[in-house]
Amino acid sequence: MPPSDPGDDAQHVMSADKAAVSRALNLVEDRRPESHARVAELLAALKDAPKAAGGHRVGLTGPPGVGKSTLTSVLARSVRQRGRTVGVVAVDPSSIRSGGSLLGDRARMSFDPSDAGLFVRSLPTAGEVGGLAYAANSAVRVLAAAYDMVVIETTGVGQSEIDIVHVADTVTLVIQPGSGDVLQFLKAGIMEIPDILVVNKADHEELARRAVADLRGALRTAHAAGASGGQDADWEPPIIATSATKGTGIDELIDALDRHRRHLEATLAARRRQGEVRWALDLFSRKHGEHGVSTLGGVAALKARAERDLDAGETPLSLCERLSREYVETLGKTP
Amino acid sequence: MAEYGKRQRDKPWIMRTYSGHSTAAASNELYRTNLAKGQTGLSVAFDLPTQTGYDPDDPLARGEVGKVGVPVSHIGQMRALFEGLPLDQMNTSMTINATAVWLLSLYVAVAEEQGVDPSVLRGTTQNDIIKEYLSRGTHIFPPVASMRLTTDLITYTVNEVPKWNPINICSYHLQEAGATPTQELAYALVTAIGVLDAVKATGRVPESDFGKVVGRMSFFVNAGIRFVEELCKMRAFVELWDRVAQERYGVTDPKQRRFRYGVQVNSLGLTEQQPENNVIRIVLEMLAVTLSKDARARAIQLPAWNEALGLPRPWDQQWSLRAQQILAYESDLLEYADLFKGSEVVEAQTQHLVDSAWAEVQEVLKRGGAIEAVETGYIKQKLVESNAARLRAIENGDRIVVGVNKYIESAPSPLTENLDDAILTVNPQVDADQRAALARWKIERDSAAVEKALGELERAAKTDENMMIPSIAAAHAGVTTGEWANTLRQVWGEYRAPTGVAGAAVKTSGTGAAAETIDKLRSRLHDLEARMGRRPKFLVGKPGLDGHSNGAEQIAIKARDVGFDVVYEGIRVSPEQIVASALEEGVHLIGLSILSGSHLALVPEVAQRLRDAGLGDVPVVAGGIIPEADAERLRREGIAAVYTPKDFELNNIMSDLIDLVDSQHAAE
Repeated sequence: MPPSDPGDDAQHVMSADKAAVSRALNLVEDRRPESHARVAELLAALKDAPKAAGGHRVGLTGPPGVGKSTLTSVLARSVRQRGRTVGVVAVDPSSIRSGGSLLGDRARMSFDPSDAGLFVRSLPTAGEVGGLAYAANSAVRVLAAAYDMVVIETTGVGQSEIDIVHVADTVTLVIQPGSGDVLQFLKAGIMEIPDILVVNKADHEELARRAVADLRGALRTAHAAGASGGQDADWEPPIIATSATKGTGIDELIDALDRHRRHLEATLAARRRQGEVRWALDLFSRKHGEHGVSTLGGVAALKARAERDLDAGETPLSLCERLSREYVETLGKTP
Repeated sequence: MAEYGKRQRDKPWIMRTYSGHSTAAASNELYRTNLAKGQTGLSVAFDLPTQTGYDPDDPLARGEVGKVGVPVSHIGQMRALFEGLPLDQMNTSMTINATAVWLLSLYVAVAEEQGVDPSVLRGTTQNDIIKEYLSRGTHIFPPVASMRLTTDLITYTVNEVPKWNPINICSYHLQEAGATPTQELAYALVTAIGVLDAVKATGRVPESDFGKVVGRMSFFVNAGIRFVEELCKMRAFVELWDRVAQERYGVTDPKQRRFRYGVQVNSLGLTEQQPENNVIRIVLEMLAVTLSKDARARAIQLPAWNEALGLPRPWDQQWSLRAQQILAYESDLLEYADLFKGSEVVEAQTQHLVDSAWAEVQEVLKRGGAIEAVETGYIKQKLVESNAARLRAIENGDRIVVGVNKYIESAPSPLTENLDDAILTVNPQVDADQRAALARWKIERDSAAVEKALGELERAAKTDENMMIPSIAAAHAGVTTGEWANTLRQVWGEYRAPTGVAGAAVKTSGTGAAAETIDKLRSRLHDLEARMGRRPKFLVGKPGLDGHSNGAEQIAIKARDVGFDVVYEGIRVSPEQIVASALEEGVHLIGLSILSGSHLALVPEVAQRLRDAGLGDVPVVAGGIIPEADAERLRREGIAAVYTPKDFELNNIMSDLIDLVDSQHAAE
């Protein structure tokens, strides 16, 4: 494909032209060093998209097999019925051995293929254990420029949702009745407390009631043990029972998401900024390791620097590029 | 009795041929011919729209009408299908599942029209939805709603049509999906247990009558080429079913505990190469289910020698029927008591299968039973793994398939000299004719009666009343198959079953030539990724209504294993959806799998829509039962490659696919 003008591309993305959105996602997945500058340019052009500021980035995470794909599908359809557009990033693990992946989420989703207001993209983790896919952060920003709500679906308990915190405005943890280990993780504070908790597969009322009660108990224990109360102390994480196959509880879930989005209104910019700082530092340290970080003055200094530069209009990717150049130059100077 | 074990000759099993195509009238003619040739029962093959609840005018039915069976959209067509065939004298097996309640309702309604009391009807509805989720793919509704239809049909026939076999628990399709004998036994039994438990839970059958329900359960079994093991498998079935009926359901009458089964022998093992060898395979497989007097099939249908090439012609089916007749009437098999009672070898192997299958039954029950194991994908994943192992064994020569991976030299075969004439082709006009006929039907019927019947159907669906009653009324009122199914879709929703591929663990050989080939493929892909910046992404799609997903699944898994990012969406995806996915996912390559014979309609349509969406340069390959003349045509229309069952070496296919992505990348 011939390289196109990033400004034009960004315009097309912002008007939710599917071909343009897809091309933009292809670009952010491109790992060739020569593409990095174009990615940074594209994201910079999308930074102030009208949709992005007013939109909602929803993270959906939880152990395998709790029905996240089906829930995502039902959630997306219901949000569409409320007249909002939706972009979905579904992250699937890659095989460690071959690097290949089976991106199966679409199989559980049923969408109207002619709906211009719904876009689903699967992303492989590309071997990043416990992490979001390499390109997921950027992909979320592309979709956020085009659609009202972006849903990021990932699998995992314990580690990967830390990544999702960087990229989602609202972190939603999905479990099913009988997910004992998740309760233990919560209680022990191994897991940060999400903004919303969902008990899916709540087809039997009695089971669902018990699961919700168990979860409530686990949250109390976690609070008592002084676990970090998620993002902020003013928010009491709601617990919602859903059945994605029957379609029950979905309206409550959307209402809770909307409530949380409104709750964030004042702090959203700061929260997203914090995520970008973490992302920029993450990118840099993945590339250059601890040596890179300490050469440029250590974590605290880099963090302060990132906050300053991002305020000045830098994007995480361009910042990482610049830090890399500085590091390489410094290396060149040391004897 | 002069000789030991010799006794009065047994009655032979029911002999059927699975058939139906094009239209009700054409199929009716075929049934009459088959009965005249000495066939003793009918086995109706419905087309995919009928099986999945669509009328011929539905966009999803495009290219599928009359292909793999007969279209039956309303009572007029059911009437035509059995024109001149008095239903009180027929024994009719219907391969119908998600819409079984509907097709049986049409059958009962036609019987009523013929003046036949439904209580004398004899035959079978397949009605096994679990294996549809696992392998055959014609399900419509979510598991709970589907099970409700299943039990509605059972409780209705047990009372109203007592000689009817309301369900055929199918282990057949499990083997086609790759099940080992142990898995075939275990998953068929847990399915039967799931169904019986559900019937019990309806509370419609008094405890004292439950033996009757158990006694009406029948099975539809597969027989593969390892025919000694298969023979033992059938004996194991008899023993295990007796155990389940007695221990779990307390059935005291031994007759009601009898394992009653019909057979279609293995189609999976039939080869496209040297297809005449399939006749020998079919006969050996038939022996597995007939030799044991104590575990003999009650009904047999044999595939035709050329099934791997396309749809068989009447002569091909006749050849298979003759094989049955020779065994039953010419040979002395039916003159003897059980041949294997007391055989140490057979008994030991049978016991081994009994034990291993029983352990797996317990495993599934521990996981919550058949339905739960479908929803979590546990069983599906096991089947996908077994099938991958089977294909690998064929590919690397551990498992010999004559004419395929060994003894492949062959003199020219006079049977396949004119290959395009060696199969049946369905007139493409059927599609349009059926749409026109449907439009006429809708004009001529009493639309107020139809509205009322559909309203009643919807109302009943929201209660727990038996759906047979309003369905029979709807049949009489002239409701169509699509209307019946759509009404219920509105109430119950639709279901997409787990594909089982994402979690399937596949063993790849660690050393040797096979491992080297894989390593080479992986490093080529790795190199390509480095040049493209993105790992090659491959969309595997199954357009149309055909639910036979084994091929697509195995390609998807293999592609993942050599390093592709694979998007697999499961079965029954429309061309529109495939193109939307290709666009949103940014894929480099598309593979389409179609086994129903509708490739000439569907593949070019996908290609055209890709061009319309600006994706005309993404290479498309196709796989399926595709005759060479059709393959040629598809290639002419721009399809990059066409694969058929003879292409069993998946590594070669993968190598082609990498080449395709590579040359496309080079061209950009």
